[in-house]
Amino acid sequence: MTSDTTEKHRSFDKQRDLPDEVRVENAMAGFVAEFGPKAQSWMNACVRCGLCAEACHFYLATGEEKYTPIHKIKPFEDAYALTHGPFSWLHGLLGRKPKLTIEELEEWEELIYDSCNMCGRCTLACPMGIDIASLVKDARRGMYAAGLLPDRLARIVRNAEKQHSPFGSPEDFRKTIKEIEREYGIPLPLDKPKADVLMTLTPEALENRHFGVASMARVLHHLGLDWTFCSDAFEATNFGYLSGNMELQGALTVRLIDKAREIGASMLIVPECGHAWGATRWEAAKWYGAPVDDIRIRHIVEVLADAVEDGKLECRPVGESATFHDPCQQIRRGGLEEKPRILMRALGMELREMDPHGLDAFCCGGGGGVLANERAGPLRLKAFELKKRAVEETGADHFVTSCNICEMTLGRDIEATGFDKQIESLIDLIGANMITDQPPLKAPGRGAKPKGAGKRAAGAKKAGKGRSATRRKPAAKK
Amino acid sequence: MTLLELLEGPLWIASASIFVVFAAFRLIVILFTGRREAEARPVGSPFLGALRTILGHFLPWRRLLGNGKAWFVTIAGYSFHIGLFVLLLFAAPHVEFIREKIVNLPWDPIPRWGFILSAQFAFAGLITLWVRRFVDPVVRLISRPDDHVAAGLTFIVMLTGCMALGEQSAFLRGLHLGLVELWLIYFPFSSLMHTFTWPFSRGFTGAMAGRRGTRA
Repeated sequence: MTSDTTEKHRSFDKQRDLPDEVRVENAMAGFVAEFGPKAQSWMNACVRCGLCAEACHFYLATGEEKYTPIHKIKPFEDAYALTHGPFSWLHGLLGRKPKLTIEELEEWEELIYDSCNMCGRCTLACPMGIDIASLVKDARRGMYAAGLLPDRLARIVRNAEKQHSPFGSPEDFRKTIKEIEREYGIPLPLDKPKADVLMTLTPEALENRHFGVASMARVLHHLGLDWTFCSDAFEATNFGYLSGNMELQGALTVRLIDKAREIGASMLIVPECGHAWGATRWEAAKWYGAPVDDIRIRHIVEVLADAVEDGKLECRPVGESATFHDPCQQIRRGGLEEKPRILMRALGMELREMDPHGLDAFCCGGGGGVLANERAGPLRLKAFELKKRAVEETGADHFVTSCNICEMTLGRDIEATGFDKQIESLIDLIGANMITDQPPLKAPGRGAKPKGAGKRAAGAKKAGKGRSATRRKPAAKK
Repeated sequence: MTLLELLEGPLWIASASIFVVFAAFRLIVILFTGRREAEARPVGSPFLGALRTILGHFLPWRRLLGNGKAWFVTIAGYSFHIGLFVLLLFAAPHVEFIREKIVNLPWDPIPRWGFILSAQFAFAGLITLWVRRFVDPVVRLISRPDDHVAAGLTFIVMLTGCMALGEQSAFLRGLHLGLVELWLIYFPFSSLMHTFTWPFSRGFTGAMAGRRGTRA
């Protein structure tokens, strides 16, 4: 049970009533809890060259050296050598005590949670190839154990623990699915006892992107998949992964995979989300102690791109230029770099790549739980300037991405800065322009505001039939 | 037994043993202890990913090709390391010492001009990188006392090595050897261990990227 004790003037939040020494002890134990050869190699390789700073958008946008990626784990790094490093026994014999202090942990909360998206760009710049994003994730595990994380993130984690999802309970989910069915006149398979595919969603899709859910469902129907949503395993986002609550991360991942097994599914589809892809596809094995070989964990972008390549999915050409924002957890850390580009080509869009793009792209600034952390808003907006400049330089008509978190982040930043662009969902574009004999989506009834349909691009027709796609207005700030 | 005999005999054996035993111990702890997690089914080759990252990170990241700091670190880094390794393995007194104490090196020592050139590269690289620790705000912030001790110790080892090059002074030879022994003792416990840890750090990251079908 956590209790928020934030004071407005503080730059850190605290949860739970714990003595400071227990917080420090928990932090260090949490940090090293999953250490193995990988993390230990990284911890023993840094030569303090500072080149990681040259890759971090928070450093580049502010010029403040405290945002140097390797500096973000400094308290843990110092204490590691004394307490858990290869020569910790020697330090013990010499009477050298751990340096980690509660003051340091409180001070570093901002660096660990507010100014790191765990996007992994710094790894590319590091001459030693240190994966600082993974070490920040270890540091978050320590911070979570110490009860030192942003209050809002702590509340979301609590909701995920208590209600199944930050979105709500299984009952909330069932109601929303029925609501989307009514809104768009499309059948949404729910709680089928047996299905080949378990489809998952994000809270953002359920709250604000009903059109996106309907579009995606229409594409899945078109592909002839035997699929279902499950009200007791619908949540793809993993706030355990983002917050450092490893117990929750494991529970959320296992819930999805166990459910897929229960209904006899051979495939689990991760929706337009970045870190859900990392948590499910790349980290599920650790909760089972073996690779999850019986269930194919696939990203929706991957599924659609493969359908295009197999000739099962065709689109009417949109015929306008577009630039694509690469979600870092899907692309740089997820291995899906080419998949969204296949979809852009299928849409007949003239792809104008940003500089940088692909594996080198800047993160949206909201990933890694930063969007959920209101305190980080001003810093995030500074980092957005880099992305804004890159988008402007392309002169593209459309600004497209394939991650709900990126979409929310960029949408809010666009709104806050008055940038003359709107962010669009790649899946919505596919849904709106695919060539199919599936019935078109029903236009929402009079007076009903289509959630996520947003402003329509010029020339767009009725929902589900338009040549151009939906352009989303930034979602209302939560 | 003279001090020089002590330095060339028992103290050399002791320091070299500490270096080997503790460096090996540190590597063993790094590589063979802690949790080993199950990994996801790969879409690419972890081995090739590791190889690509191990080799690829010898050059600056492509996005930093126009970045002065990256080139400074790269050029100074190579200048120091190449210069140092040439001195270590090809300088005449070292070749003689290694042949006598460790192994019969199959190569001839470099001429004096080669020594001087290598020393200049090594000193230029080391000094500029060390100075950067004081003047660059980022590097100043992240540098630890160990980084300065390691740089300082390496510097005086190199300096006394140059002073002892003529081999006309037993004192200078003893001073250099004594500092080398101190350096060897300090090495396994310090950031100097990056000499051995870099391929593992790069390799693990590359393998992870390779498994995921991406690059690092």
